[in-house]
Amino acid sequence: MINLTLNGLSISVEKGTTILEAARFYGFPIPTLCHKEGLTPYGACRLCVVEIGKGPGAKLVSSCTYPVEEGMMVRTASERVLRARRMIIELLLASCPQSKTIQDIASRHNVRQQRFRQEHEDCILCGLCVRMCKEQMMAGAIGFRGRGQNRSIGTPFDIRSDVCRLCGGCIEVCPACQARCTYNEPEKAVCGGCANLSPPCIEKEQFHDMMCYMSPCVACEAKK
Amino acid sequence: MDTENILEIIKRSDKNRGAIIAILEEIQATYTYLPEAALRLVAEETGHSLTDIYGVATFYKAFSLKPRGKHCISVCLGTACHVRGAQAIVDEFKYELKIAPGGTTPDNEISLETVNCLGACALGPTVVADGHYFPHVTKGEVREIIARTKEEMEKINTETDDRIFRLPLSCPLCKASLMDPDHPLDGHPSVRIDVSANGRKNPLRLSSLYGSGAVAMEDPVPLNQVSPLFCPHCDEELPSFSICPECGSPMAALLVRAGCAWEICTRRGCRGHLLNLNQINLS
Ligand code: FES
Ligand code: FES
Repeated sequence: MINLTLNGLSISVEKGTTILEAARFYGFPIPTLCHKEGLTPYGACRLCVVEIGKGPGAKLVSSCTYPVEEGMMVRTASERVLRARRMIIELLLASCPQSKTIQDIASRHNVRQQRFRQEHEDCILCGLCVRMCKEQMMAGAIGFRGRGQNRSIGTPFDIRSDVCRLCGGCIEVCPACQARCTYNEPEKAVCGGCANLSPPCIEKEQFHDMMCYMSPCVACEAKK
Repeated sequence: MDTENILEIIKRSDKNRGAIIAILEEIQATYTYLPEAALRLVAEETGHSLTDIYGVATFYKAFSLKPRGKHCISVCLGTACHVRGAQAIVDEFKYELKIAPGGTTPDNEISLETVNCLGACALGPTVVADGHYFPHVTKGEVREIIARTKEEMEKINTETDDRIFRLPLSCPLCKASLMDPDHPLDGHPSVRIDVSANGRKNPLRLSSLYGSGAVAMEDPVPLNQVSPLFCPHCDEELPSFSICPECGSPMAALLVRAGCAWEICTRRGCRGHLLNLNQINLS
């Protein structure tokens, strides 16, 4: 067993557990995007940042890939963590504003602006589909290609892969293309429409079964 | 593309993930690029998925999926070279070769590339053509570099190059002379030894000029094959004292004078050679 402090609480967890798993077990929420149970952690989105260590030696790490260490001090919601996380969300919004998953995360973390050059990417390179295809569907039909600016996900040589069984697993896990979110103020690129909803219309923090663009938004109706 | 050849390359290497790069490098060295069929073969033989192999092949700039020219000219656009006007050199190359960086001339002769620092910043602007460094390149020199690249950089002018000198050689074991005046190479008597390859021994003639690297063979040994060399007189294998500094294959020693040996790499195509002046014990 490994002993560590998590947000000031002394805990002990099994060796090899990641910080994320430990925190979730003890009930501290950490948002994630590229993490999915059953797939190997990849650490692409950095949304799950936490702060470890203390004083000037404290650093930000991605909790989904970081295994617990003896005597470690973890803060899951320090000022620094929250600032970093909001920045990451802004960057995600800058590349993929049409993603409902990302818009929901933004609403949940009270991100109301996006200060970067707006792009309309359809992939955030989180690698969920690649891992899904390889680890759960045992196919390995898609993978990362190229590097840096030219990095993309797809099949080798961009032709239909002969190992792909069209299972749709990749689409199922994709946070960028599975549900499109149309935002009402494109130039701002932060929708937040659903965040305006308040009880009794809808239970707070239950954005996931709300498709605000499908029916007229209740909050907008109320404003009229 | 020759399937056998590629299978051979794969068989020679490990199959683990780390060996993929080595395999791809070797394939690229043979074909100047990575043909699609070769990648499929590598995936099949090593047991990795094609996506993994393709990912590696597209990740590194050193690999190309398109055929490249016989010669490769890389112009440095790193910081140091850039401030010394490397962009103008690139433009000049573009104009002369009528291709953009990353492209290959239609006759498949020359590929042009830009790189980010060759580690020789003091020489900037630096251009590397087929492994040869050209320092302080000016726009006027571009044409000359292209011309020299085309006519084989490897060819050394044996008349004027002062790195070249002639050595009379003999067998380190039986001390019989190996010089063969009847078959001159580079205008001088050649050095005659035997090479054991393809199941038999064949005569092999080397230039007696140190550094020339010219060879003549009656039955050519396949490229990259390491084969033992023999003395034609005593029929003994030439001793090996060193491993090749270029490729790590064993070298074979030829006697220059008592105790001093000229060693040559036994891998076909490798130009590794050295002069071993240590007191060598041949008994
Ligand atoms: S969830 Fe940890 S980096 Fe994406
Ligand atoms: S910048 Fe050109 S060699 Fe370093």
